[in-house]
Amino acid sequence: MDIVVVVKLVPDLVEEIEITGDGKTVDTTFMRLIINEPDDHALEQAIILKEREGGEVTVIGPGVEDIDGVLFTAAAKGTDRQIKLTGDFDVEVNNHALARAFANVVREAQPDLILTGVQAHNDMDGALGPLMAEYLEMPYIGYVSGVVMEGETCNVRKEYPGGLIGEMQVNLPAVLGIQSAESPPRYVAVSKVRQAMKTVTLDEQTSSDLDRKGGPAVSRMFQPESGERAEMIEGDIDNIAEKLVEILRTADAI
Amino acid sequence: MNGEIYVLIEHLQGQVSDMSYIMLAAGRPLADASGGSLVAMLLGQDVQGLASDLGADRVLYVEHPALAEFSPEAYLKVIADLIQQGNPRAVLLGETSIGADVAGTLSARLDLPLVSLCRDIYAEGNTLKFVSQIYGGKVLAEGDLPEATTLMTMVPGEYKAEAGQSATAPEIVATSPPDLEGLKVTHKQFIEPEAGDVDIAKEPILIAVGRGIQQEMNIEIAEELAEALGGELCASRPVVDQGWMTTGRLVGKSGKTVKPKVYFAIGISGAPEHAEGIGDAELFIAINTDEQAPIFAIAKYGAAADLFDLIPALTEKIKEAKGG
Repeated sequence: MDIVVVVKLVPDLVEEIEITGDGKTVDTTFMRLIINEPDDHALEQAIILKEREGGEVTVIGPGVEDIDGVLFTAAAKGTDRQIKLTGDFDVEVNNHALARAFANVVREAQPDLILTGVQAHNDMDGALGPLMAEYLEMPYIGYVSGVVMEGETCNVRKEYPGGLIGEMQVNLPAVLGIQSAESPPRYVAVSKVRQAMKTVTLDEQTSSDLDRKGGPAVSRMFQPESGERAEMIEGDIDNIAEKLVEILRTADAI
Repeated sequence: MNGEIYVLIEHLQGQVSDMSYIMLAAGRPLADASGGSLVAMLLGQDVQGLASDLGADRVLYVEHPALAEFSPEAYLKVIADLIQQGNPRAVLLGETSIGADVAGTLSARLDLPLVSLCRDIYAEGNTLKFVSQIYGGKVLAEGDLPEATTLMTMVPGEYKAEAGQSATAPEIVATSPPDLEGLKVTHKQFIEPEAGDVDIAKEPILIAVGRGIQQEMNIEIAEELAEALGGELCASRPVVDQGWMTTGRLVGKSGKTVKPKVYFAIGISGAPEHAEGIGDAELFIAINTDEQAPIFAIAKYGAAADLFDLIPALTEKIKEAKGG
């Protein structure tokens, strides 16, 4: 059972977002990049499956800033091979281009299963998983929150609205878009990551020219207007608490 | 390419999703602007009756046993076939567990452009424009629809479901599916959500807890507030993923849609996946340290404060107010 996990790095939304001077992109110069959260769940699910079924887990990520840390952390968690795909990736490279580039690497690895996060907050041209699946000519199921291997197939739990789960069977190899792993992504001590940095080598591969065809062109990016905002309650903690009590009382909630 | 706008009707267990009606509402002005009809695509087995209130000019109805329940692979084949035959201007799908499972594969298979997370689509003269909601709702991106047949996945927010419903049944055109033999994906069964201790969809007062709570032990702070207000706890995705609250208390895309009298969101950023689970709350209060948090765009009252300071203070004052 060999699994490939494909991860993407995205700006950390905790930080303040600024739009570039030309108004067309988010200025990511000073933004910290982190692993896309559902991708972290995909990684966790892969390691859980490896622990249960054996086999190897390969993680692939684009060679953008901060990728080394993400790949070494994956190694410390239990991946067997770490591929850094270098190329002309800026943070806003579209998913069609990434999917084509990743598909070439995945194809060579010939895994049984490919896991990736079901979505990322900056997907403007669809999620990575379904695009990759089609370039690889494999079936795709997304919104997955549980995977059980059954020989040449696997059973997945697919989430629908309202807490409904659809149990589906898919022939391998397949691509799954993971919403959440069976258990939360494991914590790994910094010392273990440091150790991985000393003992693990990243397998660097270069992607050929990136083909971005398939995504839209953006003419303007902006932040939602302040007119649509809540009435903000100002003051110190006591003042805010008092005003909230008043509001709750007016609404008959107290 | 003609001016028609196709909309994929999503249905589960005999019910058409709100998102489907929202997309019909969004598609209508596009069809008018591009001079074509608004066409619903309804796939399934014995579900013709679901077409009766669709606000479309025409329904392409495709029936096959392999379509009895949603399958990304079978839907992909059928929709690809419909698009190739009909050559529409745009195809609207939900940014949902159904629509997003086929949008990307359709784009790659048919080599057609895809615009996702669309909140709004509108016509400016002859040009169709999209507005996508990215960065967890913190940024809107606008642009012209690509010139080829464009696939779009939509998020709710701009259109009302009622506007996509019709009192008169649309014309139904039965259409044969392509070959659906030898599929690699099969639906086995549905697993109903476990009946939890509480149905948050029916609770009048909800205290919603998000990532800002940081640790499981801190949920106690929210519990005390809930107790003081006589409400129940619910959560956004990160809290449920950590196992700190059961999935029965999840509000949002894969969770429940709630319509409480009071919705009190603490430490929730307000990403679209969560926001779409909040129906019309009469009173919506949000507390978050990040003044830019999108939750403040949907709440009625907000405070950019540290919940660890504010919530205990507020709980005390509510107790005093109730006691006095």
